[in-house]
Amino acid sequence: MTTTVTAVHQDTEAPVFYLADEHEHAEGGSTMLGFWIYLMSDCLIFAVLFATYGVLGGSYAAGPSPRDLFDLELVALNTSMLLLSSITYGFAMLTMEKDRVGATQLWLAVTGLFGLAFLGIELYEFAHLIHEGATPQRSAFLSSFFALVGTHGLHVTFGIVWLVTLMVQVGQRGLIPANRRRLMCLSMFWHFLDVVWIGVFTFVYLMGMLR
Amino acid sequence: MSTETHAAHHGHDAPAHGSLRGYLIGFGLSVVLTAIPFWLVMTNVLGDNQATALIIMALAVVQIVVHMVYFLHMNVRSENGWTMLALIFTLILVVITLTGSLWVMYHLNANMMPTMHDMRQMP
Repeated sequence: MTTTVTAVHQDTEAPVFYLADEHEHAEGGSTMLGFWIYLMSDCLIFAVLFATYGVLGGSYAAGPSPRDLFDLELVALNTSMLLLSSITYGFAMLTMEKDRVGATQLWLAVTGLFGLAFLGIELYEFAHLIHEGATPQRSAFLSSFFALVGTHGLHVTFGIVWLVTLMVQVGQRGLIPANRRRLMCLSMFWHFLDVVWIGVFTFVYLMGMLR
Repeated sequence: MSTETHAAHHGHDAPAHGSLRGYLIGFGLSVVLTAIPFWLVMTNVLGDNQATALIIMALAVVQIVVHMVYFLHMNVRSENGWTMLALIFTLILVVITLTGSLWVMYHLNANMMPTMHDMRQMP
């Protein structure tokens, strides 16, 4: 890298060198920073939903309280699914580093399956709650609960759609720089969702049981 | 100019990946940091809800930092420090949102109770 730069620098005028260098780095050069700022905006959405839950989470309107509704063993299972999907996505990134297309896709598939398991358990929990009459309309606590946990679940859903899309793109084009960049963005998105889930299981489920 | 471009290039390239060791350390720590709060709440070993709540909140903060460092590869150098700056700015907004909402609504609840302003005296 450095040798080619100096060679170009010696042979040609300075502006040409800048142009060549810019061209090499321009595509996707600031994608990571831009995507990080998008994640920070997402973080603010979740902050607002957490604040709403914090304000309304104790208003049961004579309805069921967290203690009546939540099943911590189910939440622990859910949490472990998301944690496992985080480490398998890490393995996908490590195999991507080694240019192994098949292994990368395999780890992405495993990540997607853990994500689906998480979503399946969450939907089972929601269906169970609604079956018991604990719908979002029942109380302010349940409205804010479904808004917060549901938004997180929606993010995981879109993450899985994105993951499947990238598996197809990696299958079609291989691990080209554009696909690597996309995989790195999804990596940030996926791990960020895990960070949000730490807040959810702590504030909503565990603190709810202590109320 | 050229050094700046190079710094930017390495700045976003270097920390975005991790090592197997890093991912395994992060995973191991987060398993422990998840298991402890669940265990504390499910068995209620402390017998004191307030103490348990404080401990699980502290553990959540530690786990978030662990995820940031080992999974999201956050450090002060990535993107010349701009990601860290964006994070700090966001954290300030998050703290204002959370504490502000809770503080205002707590006082609203306390001051709007019918017992304090007797409803019969209302016009």
